[in-house]
Amino acid sequence: MLASLRNLGQYGIDLLTVLGRAGSIWWLAIWRRPRLANAPLVIRQIYQLGVLSVVITVLSGFSIGAVLALQGYNQLVKYGSESALGLGVALVLVMEIGPVVSGLLFAGRAGSAVTAEIGLMKATEQLSSMEMIGVDPLQRIVAPRLWAGFISMPILALMFSVVGIWGSSLVGVNWLGVYEGAFWSAMQEGVDFRSHVLKGIIKSVVFGLVVTWIAVYQGYEATPTSEGIATATTRTVVYSSVAVLVLDFFLTLVMFNF
Amino acid sequence: MNSNGTPLPDNHILIEEVTFSHGQRRIFDRISLTVPRGKIVGIMGPSGTGKTTMLRLIGGQLKPERGIIEVDGRRIPQLSRTELFQVRKSMGMLFQSGALFTDLSVFDNVAFPLQIHTDLPKDMIRDLVLIKLQSVGLRGASKLFPNELSGGMNRRVALARAIALDPQLIMYDEPFAGLDPIAMGVVVQLIKTLNRVFGITSIIVSHDIHETASIADLIYVISDGKVIGSGAPADLFKEDTPRIQQFIKGLPDGPVPFHYPAADFRQELLDGEITSHAFFR
Repeated sequence: MLASLRNLGQYGIDLLTVLGRAGSIWWLAIWRRPRLANAPLVIRQIYQLGVLSVVITVLSGFSIGAVLALQGYNQLVKYGSESALGLGVALVLVMEIGPVVSGLLFAGRAGSAVTAEIGLMKATEQLSSMEMIGVDPLQRIVAPRLWAGFISMPILALMFSVVGIWGSSLVGVNWLGVYEGAFWSAMQEGVDFRSHVLKGIIKSVVFGLVVTWIAVYQGYEATPTSEGIATATTRTVVYSSVAVLVLDFFLTLVMFNF
Repeated sequence: MNSNGTPLPDNHILIEEVTFSHGQRRIFDRISLTVPRGKIVGIMGPSGTGKTTMLRLIGGQLKPERGIIEVDGRRIPQLSRTELFQVRKSMGMLFQSGALFTDLSVFDNVAFPLQIHTDLPKDMIRDLVLIKLQSVGLRGASKLFPNELSGGMNRRVALARAIALDPQLIMYDEPFAGLDPIAMGVVVQLIKTLNRVFGITSIIVSHDIHETASIADLIYVISDGKVIGSGAPADLFKEDTPRIQQFIKGLPDGPVPFHYPAADFRQELLDGEITSHAFFR
């Protein structure tokens, strides 16, 4: 009884320590003093994290859009309402699947890379030597990555949705023969920027922040051994994927007035 | 004089009664030492005595549990993060691994501190970098990347980077380890020149007795978290304390144990208890 109470207390303390350290990394890297001089570093990271994730995002978006069209058509055609296909696919992509799946892909493609890179910098004393040169690695290494994640993620999510809608139109309209006018006009009619698209963008901004934050923290706090970096990289992918899915539930709950 | 106009103390570094532990293990137990300005000071001792830890304490990367650490009269553990980064501009540190930035070329590695901390025009930075690289004999390697260099070359580039901002203090972490005889001679000469010509205070952490003794003005021998001997190299060689003699002569066992604390060897062999976690499941 006493032992389990102690374990619970220890778990609580550990959790608070992690949150505190992660919070202080966040604070020292971003909020303390964003610097304009670091803009080129941010742009470079946007390339590393964002641009290099475009291919995988576009490919996945296209496949998922196409699959949604196939399955959606199958169900809708039973009720003769296949003209609503465009609307359905667009809503699902813009509000849910776009931000969530591109967030998961971002965690796997970019998050893992960030953790491994920072972890290896730590293991090879590059972070230490930077500190001794008088440059704060939190500002030089961590901050640009956080900003880049924050900026790239919503763009990737939008690309995902756009390509997904295009994929669904290829399958639905050009292949399965849904009437083109109905497909697009229902979408235009039913999808609202403020109540649907914007909320999807907000979701993807949050996912971008959380995924890069987890990635950066795991890299920065990794045990500087090959095993430690492997563990940290795995953790980044696992934690940020779970975080994306759980946060999606709560964001939906809050934003869509349940 | 420092920037406030107050005269600098004679001791560049003052360490008083410092206690530091790594987890459960006590590394330093109320250790005290001073580094006079403009001298070369060797900190020696067997592996695992916390020589590198001492450098990290001076550089403010670690905080002591107790005691005073002063560099140029400023108390390092009490400085804010921003102040600490300011103070570090006047320190150079040569890491054992070199710790070059792997995404930058040799040239950019040396230029890095200059680009960040100075407003010098580009062509002047270029000239300064070439001068520093010339002094370590690697001007020709300026376009290479760290992964294309040997261990010794890595270290020399790191030295060029450490002196880029003309610091008043340089800390060398095992500068001679793993160097070939020629490179070793070059590095020894370089440390000496930097000290004599520019008056740079130098701290050498090493267990290469002869190289260190050949250039140091003062040597501290550390063991078990304490200073067990100090003085000019010549005096230290004459000292007949068994611990110091053992270290200087490189005897395998003596008062400073070669073996990590362990149970009786015979007993452990007979016990048959297996400590491996990987191969005997």
